[in-house]
Amino acid sequence: MKITGYVRPDGSLGCRNHIVILPSVGCANDVALRIGRMYPNVLVLTHRQGCAQLGDDKDQAARTLVGLGKNPNIAGVLIVGMGCESITAEYLADEISNTKKMVETLVVLDEGGLTGALPKGAKILDLMLREASQMKRVPYDLERLTLGIKCGLTDTTSGIASNPATGIAADMLIESGGTVIFGETPEIIGAEHILAKRAASREVEKKLYHLVSDCEERVKASGMDIRGANPAPGNIAGGITTIEEKSLGAIKKGGGKTLQGVLSYGEIPKGKGLFFMDGPGRTPEALTGLTAIGAQIIIFSTGGGSPAGTLISPVIKVTGNPHTAQHLSGHIDVDVSSILKGEETVGKAGKRIFQELLNVASGKATKAETFGYGMISIWNIGPHM
Amino acid sequence: MKRAIMLNSEDTVATLLNHAEAGESVHILTAEGKETKTIKVGESISMGHKVALLPLKKGDKVIKYGAVIGQATRDIRAGDHVHVHNMKSLRLTIPLNAPGNHQ
Repeated sequence: MKITGYVRPDGSLGCRNHIVILPSVGCANDVALRIGRMYPNVLVLTHRQGCAQLGDDKDQAARTLVGLGKNPNIAGVLIVGMGCESITAEYLADEISNTKKMVETLVVLDEGGLTGALPKGAKILDLMLREASQMKRVPYDLERLTLGIKCGLTDTTSGIASNPATGIAADMLIESGGTVIFGETPEIIGAEHILAKRAASREVEKKLYHLVSDCEERVKASGMDIRGANPAPGNIAGGITTIEEKSLGAIKKGGGKTLQGVLSYGEIPKGKGLFFMDGPGRTPEALTGLTAIGAQIIIFSTGGGSPAGTLISPVIKVTGNPHTAQHLSGHIDVDVSSILKGEETVGKAGKRIFQELLNVASGKATKAETFGYGMISIWNIGPHM
Repeated sequence: MKRAIMLNSEDTVATLLNHAEAGESVHILTAEGKETKTIKVGESISMGHKVALLPLKKGDKVIKYGAVIGQATRDIRAGDHVHVHNMKSLRLTIPLNAPGNHQ
């Protein structure tokens, strides 16, 4: 089976061919936005991190920014720094340059301020855009494809229709040699023992249990009660009784293959197959994490029908809820409500999702892409100084 | 005809795909879409909620997705609605008025 994509200098596969402006720090967002306004086809990856952060939180922000720049859907990156931040443009450029893609830096304080930086940035983008315009799609094996999976606006249909059908598509990609990453640590509490049984090694199993206990500890340390949010009263009204039931439904979206590894948020996996990434369930942070670890494409399984997208990687939204499929058809890419109506099996619906995955990987625009809908939001785990 | 889906052959509950009124017959489908049996529901059950496929004794494990999702807190008859009133989590109990609930 083949898809088409852009070959990057490091051999990775781009499903899209973006030129992006990546601020190294939130203070440079406005510079990035102003240059971006001159070039409507350039993606501006604004975010709020990059400075006045400490320890693990700073490392996580840096790792995530590097990962975003490395995503194979990106052909070229202009990194905009202020010149006084802790995660510098130079650091990000050095790391991202390992991919041998086009990487340039623009440091505002080194360019005589805004009046010097803006025109210089424009010139860099102009060259990158013309270079990217000459790149062409070529046939590619699925082995180079990394699929990120997330669920959101979960309702009672998610666990019986869209999640299991998405899991079938995930299994099919792994059988074709590809990689699948799913996450959302709070969403596996109560089902971690099921996932752990599929761990490739004792080490992977231990790491998974640690993530869950750390997640529960973090909530406890904040003085909050996790039971207030999971399952939410809306979940219970919809028929979900216990956290085990909700989590078992949630892990269905990752399919049933061997779990090869457990990753930190923003950590790029080594190897192929199924991986679990630590992180929150909240959509912008979850999608940003999946994009940063190299997912060129994402499936978002939804009950209630969110418009969710990322700027970098196309997001295919799948619903099993007949009302959502009809009422929010502008958000939904694959309607599997046929499962609820008894008209299609989970297996057949999964094959349709897989086919859409191949179409979108090869260039078909998702609903979120036609809107240009998406944002970058990096999971922040420490105080800002 | 009303339907419910039994996601794993070991499950002791099935999830309603339509709303069913008390006394209605519900076809139980496997994940592969095969009809296994018909069960008469003892009470009105909403779409997305669970019906007991066999009698459960107080303390019995409740199985969905082929895994334990909780425990019966009282005896449950086949065809009964299975939810917070007659089963509980073995991991965490969910008080409906838990702090942090704003819904």
